[in-house]
Amino acid sequence: MSASAYTSILIWLPIGGAILIWLLPLSRYATGSLALLLSLAEVGFWIRQAAHFDFSQPGLQMEERANWFGDLGVSYHVGVYGFSLWLVGLTVVGMAACTCYGFWVGRDRSRAYFGLMLLLTGATVGVFEAQDLLLFYAFFEAMLIPLYILIGVWGGARRMEATIKFVIYTMAGSLLMLAAIVVYGLQAGTFDLVDGPQSASRWLFLGFMVAFVIKAPLFPFHGWLPDAYREAPPEVAAVLSGVIAKAGLYGMLRIAITKFPDPTSFYRTTVLALAAAALVYGSLLAFRSPDFRGVVAYSSLAQSGLIALGLFAGTDLGFDGAVLQMVAHGLISISLFLIAGAVERRTTTGEFRLLGGMARGRPALATLLMTVGIISLAVPGSASFAGEFLILAGVFQRDWWWAAIGAGAIVLAAMYMLRLISAVLHEARGSTVSDEALDLRPGELALVVPLVVGLLFLSAWPAGISGHSFSGPSPAAAVRSQFK
Amino acid sequence: MIDTPPIDWFGLSPVLALTGTAFAALLCAVLVPRAARRLAAASISAVGFVAGIVLSIWLYVDSANGHTIVAGAFYRDRWTALGQVILCGLGLVTTLLAVEHVPGWRSYADLDRRDDHIAEFFALLLASGAGMAFFVGAANLMVLFLALEWFSIALYVMCAIDYRVEGSLEAGLKYLIVGSFGAGALLFGSALVYGATGKISFDGIAAAIGSQGLTGDAFVVTGIALMIAGLGFKMSAAPFHMWTPDVYEGAPTTVTAWMGSATKVAALLLTFRVMTTAFPQNQHLWGWAFAIVATISLAIGNFAALVQKSVKRILAYSAIAQAGFMLIGLSAGSALGGRALMYYLIPYSAAAFGSFAIVAARERELGVAVTLDNLAGFGWERPFLGVAMWFFVFGFAGLPLGGGFVGKFYVFAAAYQHGWVWLVIVGVLATLVSLYYYLAIVRAMYMRPSEELGLRPAVTGGAPAKETLLHLAVGAALVVSVGSLFAVQPLIDLARHAAGALPL
Repeated sequence: MSASAYTSILIWLPIGGAILIWLLPLSRYATGSLALLLSLAEVGFWIRQAAHFDFSQPGLQMEERANWFGDLGVSYHVGVYGFSLWLVGLTVVGMAACTCYGFWVGRDRSRAYFGLMLLLTGATVGVFEAQDLLLFYAFFEAMLIPLYILIGVWGGARRMEATIKFVIYTMAGSLLMLAAIVVYGLQAGTFDLVDGPQSASRWLFLGFMVAFVIKAPLFPFHGWLPDAYREAPPEVAAVLSGVIAKAGLYGMLRIAITKFPDPTSFYRTTVLALAAAALVYGSLLAFRSPDFRGVVAYSSLAQSGLIALGLFAGTDLGFDGAVLQMVAHGLISISLFLIAGAVERRTTTGEFRLLGGMARGRPALATLLMTVGIISLAVPGSASFAGEFLILAGVFQRDWWWAAIGAGAIVLAAMYMLRLISAVLHEARGSTVSDEALDLRPGELALVVPLVVGLLFLSAWPAGISGHSFSGPSPAAAVRSQFK
Repeated sequence: MIDTPPIDWFGLSPVLALTGTAFAALLCAVLVPRAARRLAAASISAVGFVAGIVLSIWLYVDSANGHTIVAGAFYRDRWTALGQVILCGLGLVTTLLAVEHVPGWRSYADLDRRDDHIAEFFALLLASGAGMAFFVGAANLMVLFLALEWFSIALYVMCAIDYRVEGSLEAGLKYLIVGSFGAGALLFGSALVYGATGKISFDGIAAAIGSQGLTGDAFVVTGIALMIAGLGFKMSAAPFHMWTPDVYEGAPTTVTAWMGSATKVAALLLTFRVMTTAFPQNQHLWGWAFAIVATISLAIGNFAALVQKSVKRILAYSAIAQAGFMLIGLSAGSALGGRALMYYLIPYSAAAFGSFAIVAARERELGVAVTLDNLAGFGWERPFLGVAMWFFVFGFAGLPLGGGFVGKFYVFAAAYQHGWVWLVIVGVLATLVSLYYYLAIVRAMYMRPSEELGLRPAVTGGAPAKETLLHLAVGAALVVSVGSLFAVQPLIDLARHAAGALPL
């Protein structure tokens, strides 16, 4: 099997698995095991893919291409770059953890549930690997369908409003992107992302950016975020904030910035302002949020802002830091949402006024939450410290005050994260925290610990990602040359 | 002795096969004993449509050089043949659906009368199919009108066939009156065009308009406008759509499934042919007219669907909106537009048929009209039909679960190529609005427990019926609708060859 086959396998294995699960009348246990096996197989295939990836080579690797409809120049074209490799890795690892969580808590209607989780895995990997605009769009939209049903069926009490808001918001953006894709592709004569030319059209840039800023999201397009993150089942909220949001940021990097250099510099200040607003406003909201998931949700908004700041800085350090931070924040946010799920299962609530004092007698929970929390507030030596430092240094090269705003917001991050830790673990024992609420079980540990180990590894060696995302010495030059 | 033109019987064979089997099915009504009548008539209907499919595929292969036959009355070309393949395929799945579901679901419990009119139903199905197959190949104004009346009259009767139900009679009558009005407009328009040009054949009209400089002639322009109105009624495009929700809702659902899918195919394919063949010089007029009709259809269809409770009415308004999307391709009037239209019709008609078939299944097990409320829990009770339904409605919405996604992309591409970015934007915004009610159907099926609403399947009382043929029909529609997403290139090649028969 040639190395390029991994690219397609990573997309189609879970989708095929989803169909298999829907067709086979398996028991709940067998379904969950099969889904878990498939999602672990995905991780295995990704490791093989990463092992075959040559980080010194520029250009697209492990590509596969087939005609889809030739008269308009649309093809099935997939492949990976360094940065997309890391995002694919984040996806398969995150989805494996979340699928495992779903299995562990015993989601009902298991065949539908696990089929949708696998479908979501395939679609998300597809977004990061697609090298044709229409294919990218198809996967971008395909992510929405399983998410809609996962939130709508397994979500909380106010799931209906949450799903409608989420879908209408994101579709509003992506349909404008479809219009932009039609125009861009027909003007260029091809929909291929690798061969396609750069464009100077500001309208097209805006068409793409609307989709990405809603998905990421940035201020003021985050209206769907709090409801969706609160009402979704914890593992789906984890996927949403850890993985799906990164698709929007990836789109900015791969399409908006790369294909539209002139509009990018024209709108740079605007986007940087929105990103800074998301960072500061998200941090403030997280600090004021009355519940566990609210803090994590708004901190995701803040982090999306920070990453967008790095991307639109347009400097070497900014790009490196943004990719590192995408992966680091992905792992952090998945871990936090899964821990939030574990807390909610024990206390039936995530509200701080009903929580507290959970550290006593629950050392594993306390240790994990503290570790993740401290990594996320970017103490020196942690993965997100490396990411945030690179981003701030990158945006400092653009203009010093962006870095000043960013640095201020990082103080806010420490405030809301420490507030979260103390409200859950310390302070007086909350009214819903009973002695019967046990520490994390081995099953839960088995799925959070690997994520935390990954984070610790990244903390020890952030250059593993930041130095292996773009070929050549200068990421900004790689972006300018469209990664060729 | 009157001179008769040479007749290419093979060129007419799909129409003749359907007509012949229609007569045979009608004879069943008197010759076959009641117990065997349903099976016999349905088998004849299936044979007729299969024969139609085979013959029209054969004609497609054999008609690379399109030409008119029977003294310039009928086109034997790939546009006709591909249209007939789609129509006969829809007829075949409608037959499968109809076996267990006609005359009507409400009278189904009335066991001793349930086989009333069963043979007539299949005869009418075949006859309307034959009329549509004739309609898509019409080459002059006479044949156009004749074929239109042919299939319309059959459809009027089919709508009202469940005569014990007042909704059905009302639907039939409403369709008859409004349909006659549309046919009248078409006829009047044709007369004006004939009066101005002295020709009835499409290419003759184009030649006369060209040679006599009649592009701006008042008769020709008024004639085109009236023809657009008349054809607009048949494709249920707004503002000629008023009958659609009532008729779709009142007619037996089997008939709705057939009407909602096949009539649209026939009307849109023929409209594209008439406009591009007979009035190429007036494209600046009819292109704009259809662009405006498309915009109105998208607006009215989508916004009106938002407030509906009955699933059949939602799907009816969705059909109006979808007509709008296809008219975007049509209004471009280019080869790409023709291809877009032909391609779009394949997944669209499959999904339209399939969604109504699923409504029919739900209606039958509940014994009442299907609303969003009583769709609750359906997706969990009948997983296959539930999943099929979400593929269909997401396909309508243009999410990448079916060919509807690529179809939308193609019509947008056609509009852009024509220089109409505004029409692309209109289409995009309309899609956004449409999401709300398409998602509402999925939400109703999956996200609300049926116990909460106290629903109880009425007729079967308990486990859902095993409707093998219905599942088969829905399965076929699902395969076409999803398969067209993956097999875009082969289908587009077929559509390109078909559109190659038109003077574009």
